[in-house]
Amino acid sequence: MNRTTLDLWVGFFVAIGLLALVFLALKVGNLASASMADTYTLKAKFDNIGGLKVRAPVKSAGVVVGRVVSIGFDSGSYEAVVMLNVDKRFEFPRDTFAKILTSGLLGEQYVGLAVGGDPAFLKAGDTIKKTQSAVVMEDLIGQFLFNKAQETPAGGGK
Amino acid sequence: MKVSGESLVRIENLSFAYDSRPVLQGINMEIHRGKVVAIMGGSGCGKTTLLRLIGGQIRPTQGAVRIEGQAVHELDQDGLYQLRRRMGMLFQFGALFTDMSVFDNVAFQMREHTDLPEDLIRDLVLMKLHAVGLRGAHGLMPSELSGGMARRVALARAIALDPMIMMYDEPFAGLDPISLGVVGQLIRKLNDALGACSIVVTHDVQESLHIVDYIYFVSEGVIVAEGTPDEIRASSDPWVHQFVWAEADGPVPFHYPAGAYRDEILRPSNVKLGGAHV
Amino acid sequence: MFERTLDSFRGLGRRVTDRVWRLGSAARFFMLVLLASATSFRRFSLTIREVYFTGVQSLIIILVSGLFVGMVLGLQGYDTLQRYGSSEALGILVALSLVRELGPVVAGLLFASRAGSAITAEIGLMKATEQLVAMEMMAVDPIARVIGPRFWSGVISMPLLAALFSAMGICGGYLVGVQLIGVDEGSFWSQMQASVDFRDDILNGVIKSAVFGAIVSLIAVFEGYDCNGTAEGVSAATTRTVVTSSLAILAADFILTAFMFRGA
Repeated sequence: MNRTTLDLWVGFFVAIGLLALVFLALKVGNLASASMADTYTLKAKFDNIGGLKVRAPVKSAGVVVGRVVSIGFDSGSYEAVVMLNVDKRFEFPRDTFAKILTSGLLGEQYVGLAVGGDPAFLKAGDTIKKTQSAVVMEDLIGQFLFNKAQETPAGGGK
Repeated sequence: MKVSGESLVRIENLSFAYDSRPVLQGINMEIHRGKVVAIMGGSGCGKTTLLRLIGGQIRPTQGAVRIEGQAVHELDQDGLYQLRRRMGMLFQFGALFTDMSVFDNVAFQMREHTDLPEDLIRDLVLMKLHAVGLRGAHGLMPSELSGGMARRVALARAIALDPMIMMYDEPFAGLDPISLGVVGQLIRKLNDALGACSIVVTHDVQESLHIVDYIYFVSEGVIVAEGTPDEIRASSDPWVHQFVWAEADGPVPFHYPAGAYRDEILRPSNVKLGGAHV
Repeated sequence: MFERTLDSFRGLGRRVTDRVWRLGSAARFFMLVLLASATSFRRFSLTIREVYFTGVQSLIIILVSGLFVGMVLGLQGYDTLQRYGSSEALGILVALSLVRELGPVVAGLLFASRAGSAITAEIGLMKATEQLVAMEMMAVDPIARVIGPRFWSGVISMPLLAALFSAMGICGGYLVGVQLIGVDEGSFWSQMQASVDFRDDILNGVIKSAVFGAIVSLIAVFEGYDCNGTAEGVSAATTRTVVTSSLAILAADFILTAFMFRGA
């Protein structure tokens, strides 16, 4: 094997390997849409966050505008404290309403921002006052199963 | 020792043991510039170990190998590598790098150790190959060479940096008579041309007697006889006589130590031989 | 009877000590390789040469198996997901399982059997034919000249191979899921993009595969360098390379996964 053709093959290999990485990053992953450099942080308190996870999307009108960065617990008020990283390009009125919603029946949970009418905007570090907790699927399913079980003793399953 | 000239390699009271099994015991040798010395002995008598001690691959348990007065085992890695650049070693089956052509094999050390320009390296490699008569084979791969040719290429590679000490590990093993003669003559010629000293480990007596200046016989880790080829031929020592005239039995026994022949043959047949102990 | 039990315990103990011993020498060997790396990198063309043998020559097997694994994932994933009416999540399933686990692990296993065994056999034969000793006698450190480039070529090749495997697999999943079965193309890609995170999933997958590459090529060069220089010795070492590195990949995968994806 000639040295130059060998180099050519190695170059080809490295090139398509990097190409595959770029494909993974842009087409498969969310590198293109996630510009995490320019964000500001908002705080929201919920009675119950259900199955919300760190890195869950924050959506407004169905568009992803940010991500959940951390989830904590306030031992004073017994509430969940959720920190949201929101893209700097988007500003929201001070009376914005934060809800924990579920995409689809069994889909992942996300934070939905319903925009209010206040002329002043939320600034970095502000707290969203109005929140609505997650609908806890387990309670609903539990009730459903309980009812079902009363009708037919062999019911149940997943 | 009557040979004159500057002492290049001096071996002083050298002993070596693998674990606790002694391989060499109290070896003394002196090798002078310009001389070819043969170390002979039966298989497994520690000859190759001696070469490895001279090359600094293993450390002696006692005594020292001194090259120009410097004890080899006291050198650190860098010093050892500096020393080895001035040593050439021919391995039993050549040990050519199978993934490189003949040319690249000979050029290997020049490329690793010098900053010579590639066209100068090319000239040098062809000169070395010419010296062993294989200039025309520079484009071949080692797998395309016969045993004798591979040995000669390895020889060209060993002399690539004009070493001052040449070591040959069984250079004649497995060669046909013509190749054998060629390699033998090359060893002598190259030694004289380089002004080096050569150490040939071999059990090929007749070929060695033609080309060497001095011979050491090693048996079971000690030097049992030494002398010039003429002295060896005339020697009345039974050990030397057996070796030189290739007699089957003598001081070196034909039989591996065993129990009495009669007992073993007549023992009950239900005793299995070999692998009986699991 | 008692004597025999004692003997078998003794044998077991010896085997355990032997393993620990080998682990120790492997660790020391790893240090030597790292120390010699400066020399290996100065002669980078040597490493490039080895990337050809480990990387380029593993391309076909990686690409073909990646495609098939992706296609199987597409079929099986669809079958399971459509029971829950969420067949659009097929993209997520295919992408996440490939990028996080199957890409690095399966590519690593293939790499171990394709390139790892070849490295061990090559170095073992070089040892058997005294080439390594010859090199040392020519004042060239075989660890820097022979071992280093082979080790680093594995570290370089593996992430690229694993990325290619994942990319091919996703294409395979796309072919089966979207083109053959008819999952909606838009939701296939968009759901995938919404749930696959660059740093958490893809970058961690790349790190995993680089670690696997280092593990496989370290085991391969060590077994080759340490082997008994005979025909049986080389073949036993080659087998050991494949077995040990496959087990090591799976064990390391568990450890890395536990670290990387715990919170997510």
